[in-house]
Formats: sequence, C-alpha cells, structure tokens
Amino acid sequence: MKRIILALAAAAILAACSSTPTKEQEGAAVEDRNAAAAATAQQKPQTQTTGPTSKPLESSSMSGDPLKDPSNILSKRSVYFELDSNVVKEEFKPVVAAHARYLQQNRGVKMTVQGNADERGSREYNLALGQRRADAVKQAMQLLGAQPDQIESVSFGEEKPKATGHDEKSWSENRRADLAYPND
Amino acid sequence: MIIQMQFHAETMRNIMLNLIRTLTVSLLLAAGSAGAAMTIEIVGAGANQIPVAIVPFRAEEGLSQRLTTVVAADLARSGLFRMVDPGGMNPVPYEPEQLNYGQWKARGAEAVVIGSVTKAADGRYDIRFRVMDAVKQTQIAGFVYFATESQLRLTAHKIADVIYEKLSGDTGVFATRIAYVVKRGRNYELHVADADGYGAQSVLSSNEPIISPAWSPDGTRLAYVSFEQKKPVVYVQSLVTGARQPVAQFRGSNSAPAWSPDGKRLVVTLTRDGGSQLFTINADGSGAPLRLTQSSAIDTEANFSPDGQSILFTSDRGGGPQIYRIPAAGGAAQRVTFEGTYNVSPRHSPDGKSFTFIQRNGGRFNVAVQDFATRQVQVLTDGGIDESPSFAPNGKIILYATEIRGRGILAAVSSDGRIKQRFTADVGDAREPAWSPVVNK
Repeated sequence: MKRIILALAAAAILAACSSTPTKEQEGAAVEDRNAAAAATAQQKPQTQTTGPTSKPLESSSMSGDPLKDPSNILSKRSVYFELDSNVVKEEFKPVVAAHARYLQQNRGVKMTVQGNADERGSREYNLALGQRRADAVKQAMQLLGAQPDQIESVSFGEEKPKATGHDEKSWSENRRADLAYPND
Repeated sequence: MIIQMQFHAETMRNIMLNLIRTLTVSLLLAAGSAGAAMTIEIVGAGANQIPVAIVPFRAEEGLSQRLTTVVAADLARSGLFRMVDPGGMNPVPYEPEQLNYGQWKARGAEAVVIGSVTKAADGRYDIRFRVMDAVKQTQIAGFVYFATESQLRLTAHKIADVIYEKLSGDTGVFATRIAYVVKRGRNYELHVADADGYGAQSVLSSNEPIISPAWSPDGTRLAYVSFEQKKPVVYVQSLVTGARQPVAQFRGSNSAPAWSPDGKRLVVTLTRDGGSQLFTINADGSGAPLRLTQSSAIDTEANFSPDGQSILFTSDRGGGPQIYRIPAAGGAAQRVTFEGTYNVSPRHSPDGKSFTFIQRNGGRFNVAVQDFATRQVQVLTDGGIDESPSFAPNGKIILYATEIRGRGILAAVSSDGRIKQRFTADVGDAREPAWSPVVNK
C-alpha cells in the first residue's frame, strides 16, 4: 500500500516535471530540451577543469558508469536557483528526478547535495541559505523515491564559488546545489 | 536506542575519516612566523587627542626591539593620542629629576613617558618606566617589568596599555591578540597575531575553507568551522598544545560556534534535524546537543551576552534576516532590529549594553552598533562590503573584514565611528577577524 502511494506520488511529481500545461505539448518538450542543452553548455567548463570526464579506453566493461557518461542525464549535477530562492526550477526537475530514480534503483548508493550561495552578505547566513537549497533538492529527491539515508545535504555557503566575479552573472552561477557521489 | 546507535556509528565513521584527512591538514604550532607582516594605516583621528611625549628609554637601542617605538606606534594608532617630538633634549631624561617640565610644556606635552632598560643577573631585562604629568609635575604611574628577549614586544604593549589606561581612563588592549583567516590561492590559514598585526603565526593550514573563528573566554582555545571533511564541521583547537578536535560533526552542516562566558559550552548551528537551528553543545564535544531554537526558518550566528543570560542570533523567521534575542536556556525569541531589511552577524559589546552587527542599506553592507536600551542605531562605516564585526575587549574598537580593490583586508573602527584603521597583509585575502579577550600571557 505504502509502495503504491509512493509510486503515485512519484508519478504525479514526474508528470509535473515533464511538461507545463500548454496547448502544444510538442512545443513544451522542445523548450525542455533547450533548457537541458543550456544546462550542458553551462557545465562544460567545469567538466574540463575539474576532470571527472569519461575515460573510454580504460573501461573494459560495455556498461560504463551512467553517472559519468556525458550523454546520460545523470552526468548533469547542478541545480541553479534564483536570488533568495530555494525553489527547484522547472528546467532542473528532470535532473533531480533522474538522480532520484538512480538512487531508488541503487539502494546502496549514498550521495551528497552541496548547497551554495552568492558572496553578498554574512558568510554564516549564506551558509544557511546554501543549506536551504541543498535541503530543497534532497526533499524533492525523497519525494521521488530516494531514501533519506541515501542523501546528506550540506552547505558550502559562499566559500567555494564556481564563478569568482563580483557581478550578477557570477552570483547566479553560485546560487546552486551540486549533486556529488563518493567516486566523483 | 536506535538513534543512539546511529549516533555512535556516525561518530566512529567521522573519527576514521578525520584520521585520514589529517594528512591534508597540517598544523603549524607556535614556532615560526607566518611570513605575512601586517601594517596598519590610520584613516581618522579622535576629536581631542592627548599630547604625549615618549622619550627613548636608556639603553633600549641595544635591544632587538626598541620598546618606545612600539609604545608610540600603539598609542598613535588608537587615534586618542598625539605624539610630541621627544628629540633634542640635553640631557635626555631617564629619571624624574632629569625632567625640565618647562621645556615639555613648551612643546605642548601633557604627559611625558621616561624609562630605562638594564640587564638583570638572570639574563632577563629589567624594564622600568614612569608616566609623568608635565603640567602638575607629578608621577601618574610607574612600573617595573622583567622580560626575556622574546617578551620585549609584549612588554612594550603592556607599557602602552598602562599609559592608555592612565591617560584615557579606559582599559588598554594593545597586549591582546587577533585571530583571522588568510586565503592565498587555494590555501587557507588560521592566523593569530598581536593586536597591532605583528608576530602573525599560522595555527592551522588547510586546502579547504576555514571560517568563523571564536576565542574561548580564557583566550587559550579557538573554535572555528573547517570544511576539510567536504562539509562544515566545528572544531576546537588549543593554542597551547595545538591539539584540535571536532566538537560538532553531525549529519548535515555544523557551523557558527559561540562560546558561553564560562567556556564550558558552545552554541552552534546544526542542520541535522532539518533547517539551520541553534543547539547547545559541550565545548569538549561530549554529550548530545540540546536544541535551543524551534523554528522552520534559518536561526544562526549565535552570540552570548557577557553575563551568559541571553543569546543574540540571526533569523529570517520574519522574512528577511533580522537579529533576535532569546534566554540562554531557550524560550521565546524577541526581535531586536527593526531598521532595514537585512541585519546580520550580531556581537555583544563587552559591557552588554549594545551590540555590533552588519546592516545592509541599499546594497551596501556596513558595520553598525545598536543600543539595547534606546534601540538607537549608529552606522559606523561607509565601505559597503563589510563583514564579521567584533568588539575589542575594552569595547572601544570594532574589528571587521572589508575589501579594498578586490582584496580582503581587516579594518577597525572606534565604537564612536571617529577613528578608522586598516590592517593590510602582505599577501592574500584576510577575513573573519576575531579579537581575543584580555588575558595574562
């Protein structure tokens, strides 16, 4: 019974994630794909500098790690937020849902959601704001079937900025939660 | 029962992780300068400066550290004193009977400091000095210190403290220390320096961020937040032995340590129960945390009142972040800031009558002080990106972090807003300052 309720809840949330109630479903789908493509472009520089890229030559197995396969949605690890907001935006719901599904299918896997904030204001208050974002992503993943003990939400506050500029472009890059796995 | 077992398992796992990560965090104890001298630039001045002449002490030119140079620099930096030229006197006075008061009065000096240094039989230096009233022609104070070579600078600060106290009526804080974080590239170091920025020593070096250092009331320990475990964890480190231990490393984030005045407890911000909430823990990390606030909002940045009865903290329970007060034992929170939409980082004044905090005004973040009784707010700085204010132990100066041309520096402002100082480090970004209590070193 509990399982059915969970499944229904998951289905409902996934349905809400996949599209908005517009007249043209096709159009909505294209919009989503554009958003996903934009997210990939944003992530590229990070992939290049931090190094967790796939290594096809060393992989003997045919089934590589889906978390590191660039063509898999699970390789997308960042969720961006608006100013003073911890609401997971529509464009990032597919990413959150994919990771939730992955955790549901791999009960032994544990991971961390790392919240971040922009640099303005108190470091400790920003730490709490980053935590709130991490908690929001964790909560969304739990609603989609991940177990609470699989996810630890923590915050880096303003201490580990991805973009180091002092303008809105950098600040928006840093209002972010990252999904991190032990072998990243 | 189950909760308790999970707690133990988590503690064990953290202890193991900690052992492993010790490899990436090196402790640099006592010996060795951090290689970053700080210089201080005074931006403002007090309204009524006391003119004082500091005559070089007899035989101090042979010392590794000229005492009167340090004394004069301390006093000048406070902004409360004007240095009267002590040169050209014949004979140079070292004893009261050698003073020609008429000449000092003619130079405008209200007080004259004289003294001498001799080497005692045990190898230490015998340093004696007197503060003389040039107008009344009487002795205001006179002290003898015995100091080793390495204590010369501290002795000079103590002499400056005596002069400051006798002439201004307030406690001197020149012989205290400051802690702060320096970021150089990807390296973070926790530094402890004399209050004048000299003698900086690195007490912790890490390749992950360090924030929120807080002095124990006896000045022997620092609590701080380190990210070396890839998440914020609260540590307490002894400045005597260098030993450190995690005292709050629960699931989620652990941050914002605040010492109770008796040094036995800390209030910290934990997210283990969801949200950022205040908890009381033992300073040695023993026992279970006691939850202090119960809100669905952010509660963080706790700070004990000097009498230990109440706690100020930042909360956004009313929408934006504002400062609230609760009894130290827990209870109903009372909002204390009402001006503006962003008031954070509260720290009590040593007399408990006011608190300093950061207020945002039109996108600018500045140091402000609010009086508890009158609720009157005075904004003390105009820099725009100020953070982490803390009072000097005499309540006369507020130390804070700011930026100049993109570089993090420490700065200080007198609690009346008149005198401003900037501490400039050689290299790196300085931030997260905290002023030590007055302790007998």
